[in-house]
Amino acid sequence: MTDITNLSLANLRDALKDKKISVAETTDAYLARIDAAKELNAVITVTADEARAMAKASDDKLSRGEGGALEGVPLGIKDLYCTEGVLTTAGSHILDGFKPRYESTVTSNLWRDGAVMLGKLNMDEFAMGSSNETSYYGPVVSPWRRAGDETPLTPGGSSGGSAASVAARLCAGATATDTGGSIRQPASLTGTVGVKPTYGRCSRWGIVAFASSLDQAGPVTRDVRDAAIMLRSMAGHDAKDSTSIDRPVPDYEAVLGQSVKGLKIGVPKEYRLDGMPDEIEKLWADGIAWMKDAGCEIVDISLPMTKYALPVYYIVAPAEASSNLARYDGVKFGHRANDYDDILSMYETTRAEGFGDEVKRRVLIGTYVLSAGYYDAYYLRAQKVRKKIFDEFTEAYKKVDLILTPSTPSAAFGLGEKAGDPVQMYLNDIFTVTANLAGLPGASVPAGLDAQGLPLGLQLLAKPFDEETMFKGMHALEQAAGFSAQPDEWWG
Amino acid sequence: MAVDKEIMRKVAHLARIAEPEERLAPLAEEISGILGWIEQLNEVDIEGVEAMASTVDVSLPMREDNLQEGPTGGGQPDNIVANAPKTQDHFFVVPKVVE
Repeated sequence: MTDITNLSLANLRDALKDKKISVAETTDAYLARIDAAKELNAVITVTADEARAMAKASDDKLSRGEGGALEGVPLGIKDLYCTEGVLTTAGSHILDGFKPRYESTVTSNLWRDGAVMLGKLNMDEFAMGSSNETSYYGPVVSPWRRAGDETPLTPGGSSGGSAASVAARLCAGATATDTGGSIRQPASLTGTVGVKPTYGRCSRWGIVAFASSLDQAGPVTRDVRDAAIMLRSMAGHDAKDSTSIDRPVPDYEAVLGQSVKGLKIGVPKEYRLDGMPDEIEKLWADGIAWMKDAGCEIVDISLPMTKYALPVYYIVAPAEASSNLARYDGVKFGHRANDYDDILSMYETTRAEGFGDEVKRRVLIGTYVLSAGYYDAYYLRAQKVRKKIFDEFTEAYKKVDLILTPSTPSAAFGLGEKAGDPVQMYLNDIFTVTANLAGLPGASVPAGLDAQGLPLGLQLLAKPFDEETMFKGMHALEQAAGFSAQPDEWWG
Repeated sequence: MAVDKEIMRKVAHLARIAEPEERLAPLAEEISGILGWIEQLNEVDIEGVEAMASTVDVSLPMREDNLQEGPTGGGQPDNIVANAPKTQDHFFVVPKVVE
């Protein structure tokens, strides 16, 4: 085996099971790649000792002919997932030194199935951002560069560390979370596959909360099969999350390759934006043609509420965040200010020191829209428009099985290029945020490169809990697109 | 609805974030800008539409009223205070609240 880290998660799983390679050598190969990729700043904490101990346990199991669905597969974990005894920062200064005494349900599920933890991945602070620039630990640098240009680019966000690590082959796959597009947007910008399942499919227990009615866990992987394998392990009912749904978890891998013939694919005209690059238009047209060639029926649909999705999101998400982030007060965990006069100034100074600018901005917006006198005008109105967005999708899904759109309105941009204007940054999530508001499953599949050699993704949205049809469609897109580009390895 | 410096002062206090005096005016302007963009929601006819707080179409489950096992259960004071900046005898220590 020349380079273990070139194997997809699925192929690695099979090679480990067949004992062609050991988990120990696989883990060491990945740890060496992480060590050589410090310039990408994709990993906040490398858990080499834990990884080697887990690898040894996996090798022992495999040698006895035992082992779970992910036995010995090394993964990166977004630093929003609480990991027992391992620093968990959420990309924030305010969680300095926080080592949870418990393990998130999703990561517990992955360890139950035999996966190995390589480390905790960088992300926008509290998952608030679309470029990874809000991380207290500094931005992740994308492994991708424009052709003939060394400008450092964003890997997207908030799961930028997850997407960059998978694209740079620092891990076989990574966990991520998606509140407004934080799995699908970085996946699109890095040529990786990102899946946000239906709200309620994965437990949120032990994942640092941002906006509880929108947050959902999912995988970022190199291809569609890998995502199917990872999601199956991550998903499942959990009594500790009251919004987790008690439904059997299907074998998503089993549907890959099944015919998509006769599936109705909705194409919403409102996702065609003024000023959208021609390349995105062209990619979307390609995607439509590929699905048609595969035997799908293309149906033009209209989702007129689409333009209101981001404004709704920027009320609902900050409102929920302002409530969730009230717990960071310097009392129970993390950072506490040194200088204060009384308990009130301790809270205020701790939070002023501990939160970055974007987090403060959102907590302030959330506090404002929930405050007396403004609640009806902003928060209640947003919840009603959210219902209209939800209803519009419910109607559309009476006519179609899947909806096909671009994942992002542009390819990756340079670090710092959009940092000055919050609204411009927010517009990155224009195609992804609707799925969070409506609780729908959505995924980004790499579909092509732009003229500068940067990856672009296509998004598929499905009916609630119909990830199987989504995976069928994703696989068909992947087959037709034949995307095989990888970033040139300029780092290390 | 533009946010001015005085509203910003009040909101920062409600949010328990110490904002220095000189930051209040620029913050008010920034947040007014974002709210101005959000106010396109006023175009939407919401007459008779119910407010939606969650996409999960089930009532929240009830559990038996008994002590839980595991990480959400009781009897683990060491774990509860393990990450606190300042503790004493399994209590969180904060500045004096009542004189």
